[in-house]
Amino acid sequence: MTNVYDKLDKKQAWAKAGGRNSPRAAKWLEGRMFVRDRIQALLDGEPEFEDGLLAGSEKDVPADAVVTVIGSVLGRKVAIIANDFTTKAGTWGYQTFLKITRFQELALQLKIPLIYLVDSAGARIDEQKQCFLGRRAWGNIWFNQVKISGAIPQICVLFGPSPAGAAYIPGLCETVIMVDKQATAYLGSPRMVHMAIGEEISEEDLGGARMHCAVSGLGDILVKSDAEAIEVTKRYLAFMPQSYLERPAVVADTGKASPPDLREVIPVNEKLPFDMKIVIDAIADDDSVLEHKALFAKEIVTSFVRIGGMGVGVVANNSKFKGGVLFNDSSDKAARFIWLCNAFSIPLLFLQDISGYMIGSSAEKAGIIRHGAKLLSAVCEATVPRITVLVRKAYGGGYLGMAGAPTQPDAMLALPTAMPALVGPETAINAIHFNHIQALPEAERAAFVAKKREEYAEDIDVFTAAADPFAVEAVVHPNELRKELIQRFRAYSLKTPVVYEKRNPIHPV
Amino acid sequence: MKTIKSPMAGSVWKIVATVGQEIDYGDTILILESMKMEIPVEADSAGRIVKFLVAEGDVVDDGVVLAELA
Repeated sequence: MTNVYDKLDKKQAWAKAGGRNSPRAAKWLEGRMFVRDRIQALLDGEPEFEDGLLAGSEKDVPADAVVTVIGSVLGRKVAIIANDFTTKAGTWGYQTFLKITRFQELALQLKIPLIYLVDSAGARIDEQKQCFLGRRAWGNIWFNQVKISGAIPQICVLFGPSPAGAAYIPGLCETVIMVDKQATAYLGSPRMVHMAIGEEISEEDLGGARMHCAVSGLGDILVKSDAEAIEVTKRYLAFMPQSYLERPAVVADTGKASPPDLREVIPVNEKLPFDMKIVIDAIADDDSVLEHKALFAKEIVTSFVRIGGMGVGVVANNSKFKGGVLFNDSSDKAARFIWLCNAFSIPLLFLQDISGYMIGSSAEKAGIIRHGAKLLSAVCEATVPRITVLVRKAYGGGYLGMAGAPTQPDAMLALPTAMPALVGPETAINAIHFNHIQALPEAERAAFVAKKREEYAEDIDVFTAAADPFAVEAVVHPNELRKELIQRFRAYSLKTPVVYEKRNPIHPV
Repeated sequence: MKTIKSPMAGSVWKIVATVGQEIDYGDTILILESMKMEIPVEADSAGRIVKFLVAEGDVVDDGVVLAELA
């Protein structure tokens, strides 16, 4: 009779080895980490427990190509679902799907973050009869993701492929970290694309990590290696609470060693672009900035930062790219970031330097109103502490989309360089005095327009806005802004969020 | 042929690079005016400017080729 204890040891060791000892795996593992090493690197120590280690052993597939463990990251419990690419290319069979859905349900019950370490060639076609059509089938994975969304953090770290239906795992996570030149996601493979529509395209160009982080917007953070992906995951997790029921941890204020003189950074001439990231760096605690979607729609910056130790989500117009104007992609990027921060009680800071939403026939045809409305909707729904700073321009609908005073921020602050108005001087003078300008002799027009513009610019300066008690709470020197924000965020974090009672708003998309 | 395209709709305010010039990734080749802002257009790869397909004052749409590089 077989010794059952030996049998247990043998089966466990076999399942834990996955396919790492196969000749093919050795080559694949060059420059990549084995699934259990990724988990080990993410966790503080060993996993605390593992479910389903012996799943799939009857059909000779170790752990059915997925590892599900509970462990701690920086002292906080998390659930991990990790594909083993060395086993059947990480594909999903019946037990894989049972393990994944079981862990999703467990993470939700325990109210702990769920991290998907994805590296999978997708569904296993030879198991489709059991897995595709029924009520208990692969599709439950996405059903669960949607149910979980906003209740606990769901992070997807994409180390390798995630094709076809599996691409909706990153699609439904709020944050996707992608390893450059390894991660891919597409609905149809290059071969399928060629068959269906005749297009010749490489896997990298079709669905590579860089494409998704810079062009499609599916990816949020592009990293160079497995190890960097894990480090970034830890930094990101530090900004998140365990669930929507908790607030994120506040850490010690690491201070600001040598802030730049922001008077030298922000040009008074509203036409000149500047890099708003310098302003963000200047108000954030040292080494605390984690940018989200850094390569996508660069005209708006979305970053997690710490201000006086408190995690804050920053949404900032960056005139260095496309004049900082709001486009479809920039509106989408900001809206989703606001939803993310609001879901997990992360206060929001808006830095405005906005000449408006993009206008013109191309923008209108592409649906700038729908996308702009999405941003407005996200801003108006946000109930976390929220501060808006008028850095420079604040015109028209852009002023509202970037959380202007009518959207009820807790505080509206302005730097002395702020210029809040319905429209800028050029547009305004042309609109107000159009008939008069036309009636003037040609030679006198330029001088008249210049004089009127100057008067208008004086009229819309921030001191006029501050004189109206409802426009701004305070005008702040840029070099005092960090201190002002620390004090205000500490105060506003005392407020109780308002919860509106209804099923769901009908979001513009 | 590598090209540099307009990042957004606007008008060509000032061409700052010259034909034949060797440029590097990130160098500004011209400045658009759009939405009352100056929009520097930067090269997204290195090369030599073969020709400009626009002149100062031209109105361009998003994605229009502004210059060709070799």
